[in-house]
Amino acid sequence: MTKKTKSAATSVSLAELRRIAERVLKISDADETEVDVGAETDALTRFANNTIHQHVAEQTLGISVRAVVDGRTARATTNKTDDESLRQAVVSAVSLARNQPKNPDLLPMLRAQKYQRVSRFYPKTAATSAYDRAKAVTRVCKMAEKSNQTAAGIFSSGEAATVMANSRGLFAQYQQTKSEFSITILETNSSGWAKSNSPDISTIDPDELADAASRKADQSREPKEIKPGHYTTILPPAAVLDLVGFLFYDFAGTAVLDKRSCWTGRLGKRILGDNITIWDDVYHSLQTGQPYDGEGMPRQKVLLVDRGTVNNLVYSRATAKKMKAKATGHGFLLPNEYGEAPMNLVFAGGDKSIDEMIRTTERGIMVTRLWYIREVDPYEKILTGMTRDGTFLIENGKIAGGIRNFRFNQSVVEMLSNVEMLSPSVRAAGEESFEMVVPAMKVRDFNFSEVTKF
Amino acid sequence: MQDWANWAIETAKRRGASYADVRVMDVRHRDISTKNSEVGTLAESESLGLGIRVIASGAWGFASTDRLTREGIQACAAEAVSIAKASALAKRENVALVPEKSYVDTWQNPFVKDPFRIPVERQIEVLLDANKEMRRVKGITVAEGSMSFRRIEQLFVSSSGSSIHQIKMQSGAGIVATSFAGSEIQKRSYPNSFGGQHMLQGYELIESLDLVGNAQRIAEECVALHSAAQCPEGQGTIILGSSQLGLQIHESIGHPIELDRVLGMEANFAGMSFLTTEKLRHLKYGSDIVNVVADARLEHGPGLGTFAYDDEGVPAKCTPIITNGLFTGYLSSRETASAIGENQSGGTMRCESWNRLPMIRMTNISINPGTWRYDDLISDTDDAILMETNRSWSIDDKRYHFQFSTEIGWEVKDGKIGRMIKNPSYSGITTEFWNSCDAICSRDYWTLWGTPNCGKGQPQQVMGTGHGAAPARFRNIKIGVAFAK
Repeated sequence: MTKKTKSAATSVSLAELRRIAERVLKISDADETEVDVGAETDALTRFANNTIHQHVAEQTLGISVRAVVDGRTARATTNKTDDESLRQAVVSAVSLARNQPKNPDLLPMLRAQKYQRVSRFYPKTAATSAYDRAKAVTRVCKMAEKSNQTAAGIFSSGEAATVMANSRGLFAQYQQTKSEFSITILETNSSGWAKSNSPDISTIDPDELADAASRKADQSREPKEIKPGHYTTILPPAAVLDLVGFLFYDFAGTAVLDKRSCWTGRLGKRILGDNITIWDDVYHSLQTGQPYDGEGMPRQKVLLVDRGTVNNLVYSRATAKKMKAKATGHGFLLPNEYGEAPMNLVFAGGDKSIDEMIRTTERGIMVTRLWYIREVDPYEKILTGMTRDGTFLIENGKIAGGIRNFRFNQSVVEMLSNVEMLSPSVRAAGEESFEMVVPAMKVRDFNFSEVTKF
Repeated sequence: MQDWANWAIETAKRRGASYADVRVMDVRHRDISTKNSEVGTLAESESLGLGIRVIASGAWGFASTDRLTREGIQACAAEAVSIAKASALAKRENVALVPEKSYVDTWQNPFVKDPFRIPVERQIEVLLDANKEMRRVKGITVAEGSMSFRRIEQLFVSSSGSSIHQIKMQSGAGIVATSFAGSEIQKRSYPNSFGGQHMLQGYELIESLDLVGNAQRIAEECVALHSAAQCPEGQGTIILGSSQLGLQIHESIGHPIELDRVLGMEANFAGMSFLTTEKLRHLKYGSDIVNVVADARLEHGPGLGTFAYDDEGVPAKCTPIITNGLFTGYLSSRETASAIGENQSGGTMRCESWNRLPMIRMTNISINPGTWRYDDLISDTDDAILMETNRSWSIDDKRYHFQFSTEIGWEVKDGKIGRMIKNPSYSGITTEFWNSCDAICSRDYWTLWGTPNCGKGQPQQVMGTGHGAAPARFRNIKIGVAFAK
């Protein structure tokens, strides 16, 4: 890549972060001390109306100290690295910890752990400059202009490094790059969308994504209004992700303990279709994130749903103790009231293509993207939301044209019992949930309840 | 702070910026939460840094840093200029801003009790006492409470001579009771859902809420919801409580009037707006009694959208948004006002922190009080569902079609509030909805609600907004679609 400008900022090395962590541990006189030091550089080129209208870069550093005093714990965070500020962060954490009742669930901090190595740092991503991103954006804006279309979107790149250490000898570190390209192509009365996200920027092809969004906008011109109702519906991976993302906290041991998980009373029972198998697996080749949790516990691969049956949950150390289970390495930073959650969901895929799903549909709906999804009923997991940026009617195995956007009110539990076909799983990026590895799905009886004006 | 800002501005100018503005921000947070009589989150944080926005080669660039040495700041400013020059690759025309005067000023929102000086054990005690009251009620499975406090000190300096120092103190708190029974999870929150009430006030706000005194009531309502009647499906009259009306304003007025959305700048993420520019001063947005303002001035109240100057140095203003039902104004910035031929900014640019670009955000978007006494409104209603406290909210990307559900409802029959209704929901098209409003309660029932969690932008920024509202009645509304089979 041409480099006319420097990348977002000079990254802070893991060694520097470790030195800061060691300084904090040296300062602290708490019974136990844990320190997380993280540095990020992020840059984002934002475009709309075929021009760059926002273009930003940031570098941030955060030092977060957790102190334990007499069976009580609290956290203080600063972004200042001078001795006095670090000392003040320790003093704040200790003072907050002292001034609260004892926590009966608090466990001693972990000792040193062994971690499986994951490699998700790509120098090419880290070296991407504002000029590199601007060049790609200029190209897709020109493509749009040539087709009498309007492009809007983002192209971002960055890197993050983090170190965790505690006074009982635990030390963990992780480094990752990140990049994302998202594009909406607009026409007078239609639009299309595509998005990709990866730690390796060389796997992102802005031109191809722009072309895909352009075709969607073109195909959904002059959208017709059709009646809402229950339709066989094809959901691409991004739409699947945005729906099933709402399930993630339901797999937390704490959620079941608090009886606010949709799996309460349903564990061990066949609730979903037998073609649904879900893992949490940070080590999956398409996943990202650090291989340890908020206490430094190594993350484990957990089979959450086995052919339709919810068999396992994830547990922080404290929740595991309460529920007589084994900690799985999914706890949040302490102290917190939520416990844990799986953050690296991977769905088993199938072998059908989206083209085959369309070909086998007599009358149905093809979605591009879902939007503004919110939970209506937490136990039946009814979600509401809208379709967006390219919604199509399928008739006799073919795309018959664009239609006006629908509102849906659909139980995800029910939807995962109605899956007729699955594509191979891919790393998908949506807007309502974190990235996952999910397939496209053909689902029967998806409930579109109302229609909007465009 | 002034030196840091000056170093950044000087460097940007030297590197070729035709305009630059700097925000130095020092943000302090305290967050406390409790669950089932135990402390959950207990954390404090501070963050100090600087962000610089520049125009160079006719295009925008922005960079931010927390390396507040002369060298670090100069590198950051130089990077902002380099980024602007890279932006110019895709430039169609030079960035144009409406003029704005320069100001040298300092401002702090008034408050009585600094929440950071109140001992944390006292704050925890209030939440634990409220937890205890909720857990006394049989059937409550989770009792929660939270408090959050923010102190934001910021200095705005621009290359055109402004230097504006502001300090904002913000407080918020709320409690939630949850109950699982059979195959149903019900929830009640006080004084509002999703974190409670938040204002630009000190700890006196928390004391005024009486969390402990309301804990048992909401817990009892939560458990009673399990045996309440299901919200019917159909078309009818609804009365919305003031906090739900506040969120309705947020979603179906506040967002569509953002001029950056209207002009397509948010098309990829937050979406656009049905309020295209030819509708200004022509569209009948609501019925004649609907009057809405965007008011960032302190005299409107200590809302989360209150300030003295926005984050591009424009003084706080009151803009009439809907006047006797007619659409009369947008939320604008210096750039977007210029784009539609206006001669001044509406003063609505704000950023979440020093590392974020200012963008158009709602200030206090409030409906003016009407004339009705609440009891008279109920007496005047033959058949309706009264809905209170938001549970879910969703609206399309042009802000036409919405669906809301609330935590609780009551039947109103023959002028009286009757039995409790569970799972209430309603949906509609924005302009049809606001044109169906036929009664708004008076100032005595009007509350300036704080929404602390409004997301917008890429990278996303979370911002607090204010919404003044009183209970109001709407006719011929679609009810109960969310749970329809």
